[in-house]
Amino acid sequence: MDTDATLVIVPAYDEQDSVGDVVHRVRALGLPCLVVDDGSADATADKANAAGATVVRMPVNTGVGGALRAGFRYAVEHGYGRAVQVDADLQHPPEAVPELLAALDGGAQLAIGSRFADGYEVGKARRWAMRFLAFVVRLRTGVALDDVTSGFRAVSEPLLSVFAYRFPAEYLGDTVEAILMAHATGATIAQVPVAMAPRRHGEATPSLRAGGHLARLVVALIAGKPSEMAR
Amino acid sequence: MTVAAQTLVVVIALGALVVVLWMVRRGLLKERFALIWLAVGVGMVMLVLVRPLLDRVSEAIGIRSGTTTLFLLAILVILGILLQLSVSLTALEERLRDLAEAIALDRVRSPDGEPGAPVEDTDDR
Repeated sequence: MDTDATLVIVPAYDEQDSVGDVVHRVRALGLPCLVVDDGSADATADKANAAGATVVRMPVNTGVGGALRAGFRYAVEHGYGRAVQVDADLQHPPEAVPELLAALDGGAQLAIGSRFADGYEVGKARRWAMRFLAFVVRLRTGVALDDVTSGFRAVSEPLLSVFAYRFPAEYLGDTVEAILMAHATGATIAQVPVAMAPRRHGEATPSLRAGGHLARLVVALIAGKPSEMAR
Repeated sequence: MTVAAQTLVVVIALGALVVVLWMVRRGLLKERFALIWLAVGVGMVMLVLVRPLLDRVSEAIGIRSGTTTLFLLAILVILGILLQLSVSLTALEERLRDLAEAIALDRVRSPDGEPGAPVEDTDDR
């Protein structure tokens, strides 16, 4: 394993219009790019291939968490010591990847690109939920993070190996629970301010379903699942 | 209902709560299913502890005995959970079939026994 070898992982579901651009910009940094096509029905895999990415195609849709776990496994099994996750919808600027990697150089095992530092606007309900989640994370870890649902992250070994096999696949699991798992392994967590574009597809989930995701997360937290899974 | 009986129900419900949370913790039970069982537990305790509530519900739907209402509710809840499980199982079978097909397409062999060129995946769901 090469501890400094970095793989950029892009989970993508029906993102044929933007994935090529993301891959081009990642490749321009001189980094290898793995696109995990999460069961897309469009030309996501072809566009990613054409732009210079290695593509893993999930046979069924597994959600962002499932796609990321497959990506982390690929990274570990191919000898990478570091992985960066970047969304395929152009929400995350690939040009900021080196800043995340710099945070790993500084001793962190998990670096989170945070979007609030630059006045990122979100809806009221979503903002309230994000504040609640940030509060929960601070309560559990003692670490104050602005943007716990950010999916723009870099992770290094030994945490990468934990993620490769135990990464929570559920919605909010891949973001909030992952932070708690990282903390439970004793990993240092760093926050990196990043300017992000607004989501192009509007709100990610309708509020009723979002409430269900929150309820699921609360049950997982009460049960103490993240710390158990981190062992 | 006697205090002893009420205590017994509460103890059973609390025991179930602990078991359910432990199973979630160890990854033996999805939170989605745990939520259903937790709701059942809370509902059971509430109906038992707040006896007037059960009686009022019985009166409203024209059932003389509160016990009958409790059984009726229990059966309905159990049927509901069974239906939900059947739905989950159906979705799971469908996914399993998709997976088996995808893996089979990756394991194509030509007539001479050599691994053949993978067949293009034309499944455009």
